[in-house]
Amino acid sequence: MERRYLLGNEAIAHACLESPVDFISGYPGTPSSEVVDILRAQSERHYYTEWSVNEKVALENALGAAWCGIRALCTMKHVGLNVAADPLMTSSYTGVTGGLVIMSADDPFAHSSQNEQDSRMYAKFAKVPCFDPGSIQEAHDMVRDAFTFSEETGLPVIFRPTTRICHSKGDVTLGDVQVSERTGQFNRDPRQYVVIPVHTRVLHKKLNEKQAPIKKRLVELGYNKAEVRGRDAVIASGIAASYVMEIIPSTTSFAKIGAYPIDEEWLKDFVSRHDRVLVIEELAPFVEEEVLQVAGRVPVFGKKSGNAPYEGELSPAAVGRIMKSAGFAMNVDFPVANPVPDVPPRPPILCAGCMHRTTFYAMKKVFREGIFPSDIGCYTLGLQLGGVDTTICMGASITVASGIAHSGEKRDVVCTIGDSTFLHTGIQGLMNAVYNNATITVVILDNRITAMTGHQPNPSTGITACGVPVPAVSIEAICRSCGVSYVETVDPYNLTILVNTFKEAKARPGVKVVIVRHPCVISARRSGITRRPYVVNNEKCTGCRTCIRFGCPAIEMDGEKAVITSGCSGCSICAQVCLFGAISTGGAK
Amino acid sequence: MKESYDILVVGIGGQGTILASNILGEACMIENRPVKGAETHGMAQRGGSVESHIRIGGTFGPLIAPGTADLIIAFDLLEALRYSYYLRPGGKIITNGRMVLPTSVFTQGILVPTDQEIIGRLSEYELCVIDAEGLARQAGSPLTQNIVMMGAASQFLPLKTESIVQSVSRLVPPKTLDINMKAFELGRKAGSSC
Repeated sequence: MERRYLLGNEAIAHACLESPVDFISGYPGTPSSEVVDILRAQSERHYYTEWSVNEKVALENALGAAWCGIRALCTMKHVGLNVAADPLMTSSYTGVTGGLVIMSADDPFAHSSQNEQDSRMYAKFAKVPCFDPGSIQEAHDMVRDAFTFSEETGLPVIFRPTTRICHSKGDVTLGDVQVSERTGQFNRDPRQYVVIPVHTRVLHKKLNEKQAPIKKRLVELGYNKAEVRGRDAVIASGIAASYVMEIIPSTTSFAKIGAYPIDEEWLKDFVSRHDRVLVIEELAPFVEEEVLQVAGRVPVFGKKSGNAPYEGELSPAAVGRIMKSAGFAMNVDFPVANPVPDVPPRPPILCAGCMHRTTFYAMKKVFREGIFPSDIGCYTLGLQLGGVDTTICMGASITVASGIAHSGEKRDVVCTIGDSTFLHTGIQGLMNAVYNNATITVVILDNRITAMTGHQPNPSTGITACGVPVPAVSIEAICRSCGVSYVETVDPYNLTILVNTFKEAKARPGVKVVIVRHPCVISARRSGITRRPYVVNNEKCTGCRTCIRFGCPAIEMDGEKAVITSGCSGCSICAQVCLFGAISTGGAK
Repeated sequence: MKESYDILVVGIGGQGTILASNILGEACMIENRPVKGAETHGMAQRGGSVESHIRIGGTFGPLIAPGTADLIIAFDLLEALRYSYYLRPGGKIITNGRMVLPTSVFTQGILVPTDQEIIGRLSEYELCVIDAEGLARQAGSPLTQNIVMMGAASQFLPLKTESIVQSVSRLVPPKTLDINMKAFELGRKAGSSC
């Protein structure tokens, strides 16, 4: 037994080593990414690890492994589960023999996400058990136990931590790392694994029969527990339960929900012993609806009564406000403290030297009136540069672009998509656009890495998750095989060529692909590439602010003159942008 | 009465707030004390405003309620102002005396308060301003500013200095140990005059 200060995702990864896990797949997505990153970086690995090209692919791989009797973990962020929903919905029918844990990390407040969906809904939809940790220690313990629970029930288990579990830290008591002796072996059983109608009807009935015993078992195992201490009761789930525990008086009853489905009889018994019940949980009123179904005449407070918000994340202060508004006692009273006014915002920004900034600059120059659908990645920050008009989900840049182009919209439609996103779900959109004869320009921002989530390799990187060299996929060849006749690859650090390539693409009909390729400036720095920084010649600088409008964080105004700060990465674009030749390479590396 | 000593470490993505929170967490492990923390990861790190919550002695959730923090350690003066509402009345701020101007100030012409205005607005708290960059250069590398700040903060933390020093030595890259130790000492000295 060892006690360490760990990030939630580190504790989750360690629990997989204790279990131990045999097979790991996933697609990066904040806040889930570090789990696979930590497992793939272990010096001794007795398990298989891959970054898959998308979440559907990841889950199907993990399912195949779990059908061979070994323990599989599949990680993704909540919206990744949408992509993996197809295999998920039927994997509960087929079940598994080896434990299969699907980690779908939710992001209340959408810190790094496009929505605030609730993975617990998917668990209910697919009729699989779901674990919902309230602390890092619990996340660790649940993952360790989830593999066993999956094997016991023969069902995949969804593990649903939230950002404040994954990206929080705490003192965690760890168990010993184990080495697995399992080897996969597929036992042919078409009635289980071939879901033709005649098989699936039987499987569905069996799945439904499993539900009641699962509910009882989750109470027995202590994941759902309650203590009667007074006439008022608070029921909370996930991290919200930790916030409640901090401020709930010892005379208010408390039930903590850590796993689903909830046993209605157990819940009804608890609720019926109280005069009033308050439900506190993040995102959907998932527990609240269960409570309402069994509450009878006991009044239930929560989201539906208007006391708790449906959106955003909770905090001790937010839980305090909910308890106060519902008239529940608290043992602290949080002060009213409002954000400080008139502080300039500091949003995240593309790095100095980032190839995306140059690409957006050239795009805007050539396609002045263009419509710019975009996608999910660092380049979504191109919004600040006026180069992003739409973002909805992974791979939706090319498809939305062709939809806009076919709508009758007369302006040029130019979409941007990163290498990893293109390989995730962009290819089908490109094939479709060519097949249906759309007129669009597709700009593939190829920095050969999945940068935003922490620089994970992908098929264009040329190495696997574990660092094994493999042939890098040719994005050019993919585009050509989709039928694109105009495929050009350019280095964005040469602004003239980049602009001329966009002009050429603009002049042609049909689907044009411009692959803009340059290493991510962070990966380049890590691999030892350094360039001389640039300096402004004060005598030549006219203070016209052209370089400032380029938006690089390493360029500032000092009075009437531009200056380049120590943040300069030496990309040279500002020197190419300057109309007066006032910027040149200088200084030491 | 809350059981934990609550600290906010704030700055700009890339300045080393996560290392700072790890140093505090590790020091708690050395002293066998419970600790909870929360951090900014992901895209928000790209040059954006970042915050780490650390609750020494914390056994519940990782988040600190606004108006209740005991200490703010700010790696940037503007970020000290942004997060100052997290402090309890009479709480303490240890801040780097310099600020990096947000790019929006130049691209969109947004007004930014001057150093003196910020210091004036923070005067309701116990304020300790550190020349982190100067001391870091003196230690041998401007990259050690975060360790300078931890040195200054060590004067006020409910942790033994030996534990923090041991924690720093465990967590910084071995090659940089000497300059980081020097940075810590310089910061600690600067913090003693607050």
